[in-house]
Amino acid sequence: MNNKYEAVIGLEVHAQLLTESKIFCGCSTKFGNPPNSNVCPVCLGHPGVLPVLNKKVVEFAALMGMATNCEIKEKSIFARKNYFYPDSPKGWQTSQFEEPICENGHLDITLSDGTEKCLGITRIHMEEDAGKSIHDLGYDTCVDLNRCGVPLIEIVSEPDMRSPEDAYLYLTKIKQIITYLGICDGNMEEGSLRCDANISIRLKGETELGTKTEVKNMNSFRNVEKAIAHEIERQIEIVEEGGRIIQQTLLWDADHEEVSPMRSKEEAHDYRYFPEPDLMPVVVSEEWKAEIAKNLPELPEARKARFISEYKIPEYDAAVLTTERPLADYYEKVISVTDDYKSASNWVMTDVLKIIKEDKVDITEFKVSPENLGKLINLINNNTISGKIAKSVFPEMLKEDKDPETIVKDKNLVQITDTSAIDGIVDTILDNNPGQVEQYLGGKETVLGFFVGQVMKESRGKANPQMVNETLKKKLEEKRTGE
Amino acid sequence: MSLSKKDIEHIAKLAKLKFTDEEMAKMEPQLNSVLEYMDKLSELDTDNVEPLSHPVENINVFRDDILKDSISTEDALRNAPKRDENYFKVPKVISND
Repeated sequence: MNNKYEAVIGLEVHAQLLTESKIFCGCSTKFGNPPNSNVCPVCLGHPGVLPVLNKKVVEFAALMGMATNCEIKEKSIFARKNYFYPDSPKGWQTSQFEEPICENGHLDITLSDGTEKCLGITRIHMEEDAGKSIHDLGYDTCVDLNRCGVPLIEIVSEPDMRSPEDAYLYLTKIKQIITYLGICDGNMEEGSLRCDANISIRLKGETELGTKTEVKNMNSFRNVEKAIAHEIERQIEIVEEGGRIIQQTLLWDADHEEVSPMRSKEEAHDYRYFPEPDLMPVVVSEEWKAEIAKNLPELPEARKARFISEYKIPEYDAAVLTTERPLADYYEKVISVTDDYKSASNWVMTDVLKIIKEDKVDITEFKVSPENLGKLINLINNNTISGKIAKSVFPEMLKEDKDPETIVKDKNLVQITDTSAIDGIVDTILDNNPGQVEQYLGGKETVLGFFVGQVMKESRGKANPQMVNETLKKKLEEKRTGE
Repeated sequence: MSLSKKDIEHIAKLAKLKFTDEEMAKMEPQLNSVLEYMDKLSELDTDNVEPLSHPVENINVFRDDILKDSISTEDALRNAPKRDENYFKVPKVISND
């Protein structure tokens, strides 16, 4: 980026709330049902129907406000945002405008160089989702209204971000919080979490804001970062060439990594908001607020700090383990079985996460139960099996979530810690390799590794490596002094 | 405040309404007389009056988050001027060129 300029970025994040029913009617919010099957006269916008607000939507919105340091307004009201578009059959979107439920929040991000940054949240409001239009089929547009009326919260940030990295970290943090709260599944690919970016540039030191563009259609976290970087460069190029930025909405094309202006027949933004006459004001009393706050779980920052102090694991480990609530839950279940906190952390961060990423499975559906992983770690620590054998038991556990003790017994993998058994194998190996013994005694001590390898092979990996080492050294020294 | 013909055309467009020239001519004084009445109301001093967002003094009308049966897709599509299998079919709204 040309360092004469700085970028000013604000994000609007829409999160679909994990309620059973829609915001104003009892239809299901389920994703992926046949088109136009989760609909009723209310969400279809038939004349004469009355919306009734889903109480859980208020509670979820307030929870998000609390988790992002917002003021929860005592009174908030709904408003109509008027526009014609076929995916919104009423002719308006029921949203909140002048009096949203949450205002003036903030959250902190940590940049890759370690600096902390506080990013403002202007507001969080409740609204309904629109239906889905499918454009690419022939000359018409097909509309599915299942999504119409699915509850959303819109989280509007202050224009406090200055780089694509800021935006990426902010969005990641939002996802982390909503999933910790359990109010949204945070899936950008499926659209349950959506993000639009308002972007402008200005010369460094300038305090006035430049003309902004709005970039939409970024359906992954990496795409948000890429699209913003691309848009900043595009704007700088225009300004450098003496041009002017036009205020417009742009669509990100992830395949070609470029933006194009959104051409729609929608009327220019003139929404004529007015208070929704069919819905009563929402009043969140102090008592209700306290009731809602009881559902606040331990948030990622706090949990990370606790992992460091309580389990004495490195900060890096704690950060990785607390990225997502189910992962942190998994870890805590592992260490309810074993008290080797650091080994548990290593297993979860490497072996477990590797497979989760490769197979794209959810931690909650991971084949190896945390209890069994804990048992496996205990088997290593009480010398029943070696760490190496454990690495071969783990794939067995992945095939079916079997108790590692059973696998170890069935496959006869119990570590040989019997001195006489190890003595026997070591003797055989030394007798069979007189040349190498000669070399060792001649001063080439690296041959020891060869012997260890042979003994382990002979014992099919089951001999206790430490004991093998000691026995080998002892016996070789005996040979030396015996001569 | 008074509305010009252009303002009325804009409002009509936002409301997806079409008027003939005669209707338009009738509309202008009618709408303006409504606005004049609003101007009259604006003469009142409302500095110490809470804005009223709803005429009924009721708050917190909620339903619990419980599923109710939806209507059938057939019924949902019954009023649709056009359909494509189980979708509502409308004129194309985005041009991809």
